Amino acid sequence: MISHFLKFEWKQFFRSSYWQKSIALNILLGFLAVYFMLTFLVLGISIYPILKKQFPESDPLIMVNGFLFYWFLGDLLMRFFMQKLPVMNIKPLLALPLKRSTILNYVLGKSAISFFNFLPLFAIIPFGVILIFEDYSTTTALIWMLTMYICTLIINFLNFIVEAKSAETELSFLPIIVIASGLFALNHFDIISFSTLLGNSVNAIIENPLLVSIPILILIGLYAANYSELKKKLYVDGSLKAKADVAVTTDLAWTRRFGDIAPFLQLDLKLLWRNKRPRSTIFILVIGLLYGLIFYPNPVYKEMIPMFIFVGIFVTGIFMINFGQFIPAWDSGYYKLLMSQNIKYKQYLNSKYSLMTISAVIMFVLSIPYVYFGWKILAIHFAAMVYNIGINSHVLLYGGSFNRKKIDLTQRAAFNYQGTGAVQWLIGFPLLLIPILIFYVPYKFINFEAGIATLIILGGIGIVFHQKLMNFITNQYLNSKHKMISAFDQNN
Amino acid sequence: MIQSIELSKKYGEVTVLNIPSLEIPKGQAFGLVGNNGAGKTTYFNLLLDLIKPTTGYVLNNEIQVNKSEDWKPFTAAFIDESFLIGYLTPEEYFYFIGELRGMNKADIDTFLSQFTEIFNDEILGGKKYLRDLSKGNQKKAGIVAALIGNPEVIILDEPFANLDPTTQIRLKKLLRDLTKNSNATILISSHDLGHVTEVCERIVVLDKGNIVKDIKTSEETLKELEAYFSV
Repeated sequence: MISHFLKFEWKQFFRSSYWQKSIALNILLGFLAVYFMLTFLVLGISIYPILKKQFPESDPLIMVNGFLFYWFLGDLLMRFFMQKLPVMNIKPLLALPLKRSTILNYVLGKSAISFFNFLPLFAIIPFGVILIFEDYSTTTALIWMLTMYICTLIINFLNFIVEAKSAETELSFLPIIVIASGLFALNHFDIISFSTLLGNSVNAIIENPLLVSIPILILIGLYAANYSELKKKLYVDGSLKAKADVAVTTDLAWTRRFGDIAPFLQLDLKLLWRNKRPRSTIFILVIGLLYGLIFYPNPVYKEMIPMFIFVGIFVTGIFMINFGQFIPAWDSGYYKLLMSQNIKYKQYLNSKYSLMTISAVIMFVLSIPYVYFGWKILAIHFAAMVYNIGINSHVLLYGGSFNRKKIDLTQRAAFNYQGTGAVQWLIGFPLLLIPILIFYVPYKFINFEAGIATLIILGGIGIVFHQKLMNFITNQYLNSKHKMISAFDQNN
Repeated sequence: MIQSIELSKKYGEVTVLNIPSLEIPKGQAFGLVGNNGAGKTTYFNLLLDLIKPTTGYVLNNEIQVNKSEDWKPFTAAFIDESFLIGYLTPEEYFYFIGELRGMNKADIDTFLSQFTEIFNDEILGGKKYLRDLSKGNQKKAGIVAALIGNPEVIILDEPFANLDPTTQIRLKKLLRDLTKNSNATILISSHDLGHVTEVCERIVVLDKGNIVKDIKTSEETLKELEAYFSV
């Protein structure tokens, strides 16, 4: 039976059109995986000699054990965001003559061989081998390696329980961040020293190998907890069923002021608020707004004015770029409807344009407090806003006509590359870099004001020729209409 | 009302639809039947300019659909779930479609009141988004949305599939009344021979993209169709 399951996994992986289509992305992910493996390998090999050299007085093994708390906490956090228990795939198996226990053990067992559990081995094994060469007893080294691997598995199964619990609340990742930072703070300010506690426990296990049974028991307990938790949910109305949100109806009557684009504007606002992935573009606004704080107070960047242009474009345009680069893929789920309804393409695109413009203005207004760091910052932000409205928004809309990747709105937001193609990567750079160049030339040869004026004038030209540009862009969309419909129709 | 001229669609070497000539007069209730892969949905997609014809063209009220968009104001369709906007409530969806067709909220509310029976309290006023409704209820919402604004051409792909028996009967009555009381041209496709013969005055059978039968519905039509398909 298990061999069947494994074959399914293999086929699922290689037959998914996702794999076949975005080879570039997979190569990138592959590189990342290799990079992490190498990093861990280097860590595993070098940590012993480094510690020995830096602290010749203390025992490197004891020191490493003292740091385990941070390692485990980081591991748990990383898994929380990147590793998911793949329960959705088992729906077709439920009606087949298979014992539920087989399915459950399979799902849980499979998670034990995930990449996240192999990665630490690249550090654990070299370190253990070095221990053997460095006069530690072979048992000590082996027990240490075993303990580390058991702990990795404990984190693996602990993570699924944490995920299940936090999925029950609306707060998603907030609790884990709060708990993790709480633990970290308690430890950091020596209120409860978890790192010492954990270090001492591991030391004790090495001293007395029989104690290794304690982590093993914890592991078995967690496995059992996962098992019973999953068993409860192994019904199509349990976790296999997508959760239904309670609908909140809103009127958004104020959008009427925008005239004939109002229905689309309402639609876009609902799109942003009611779907996970677009909703994250709103939260990114906060990050974008605070981005300036990294650069402006820092004396290192004091003289790098062109760098501030980048920040300005970023702060006033973060929503524009995040939202705009996936036009019209946001609407891919119902693109056929839009194309057969009584809709003028231009209205549809104008609504997107208005949304981006409004966001740039709002971001500029919110960023006014940066004037604290000098009037130049304010001037830069204003110029960046005008440039974003006049040039970048049109570039984004134009780029959208080459968009052939569908987005499933119900999918999660973080680390979701769906809908990302070469176009998105290509379009990102000119949006941020070209304004720097445009500013830099007059800034270098004339002065700061000339650079700002150039940006504002260029943006102004874009705004003046808005209608002309929109006609051109609309034509591009009309030309690629059928290609888009058929691309959005395909499931990734 | 709808003319197809030398219309064909090929994917690679495979011809999925080939209609040298087909004319559907104004006000007709037109039924399309055929097994899977016969080309029914392809034909509807061509009528709506959602795919490009390999040869030929479609005229909707003398407007060539892939040249001008002026057929859109009087044409409505429900092909599949991709015609629904999942994150809207059914009301919001109806208002949105209504707005595109020049009807305000009050108009839509009046319009919707005639569907109270079909909706069966499961669609309106519920705290659910369209994506969370059952397949059957999604279909109901989609079909009703296609009737908003008195369109002259209504295209429904498989309207009876996924509906409960009561709704099937109500929908049949609704479509018959529509052809009787208005001058709307209705195009439906179905796998259920009984339903199409009850609703449509004319039935065209497609097989591998070709028209093999073109029948004016009569008492014997159902028998004839059953005989044709029971090979």
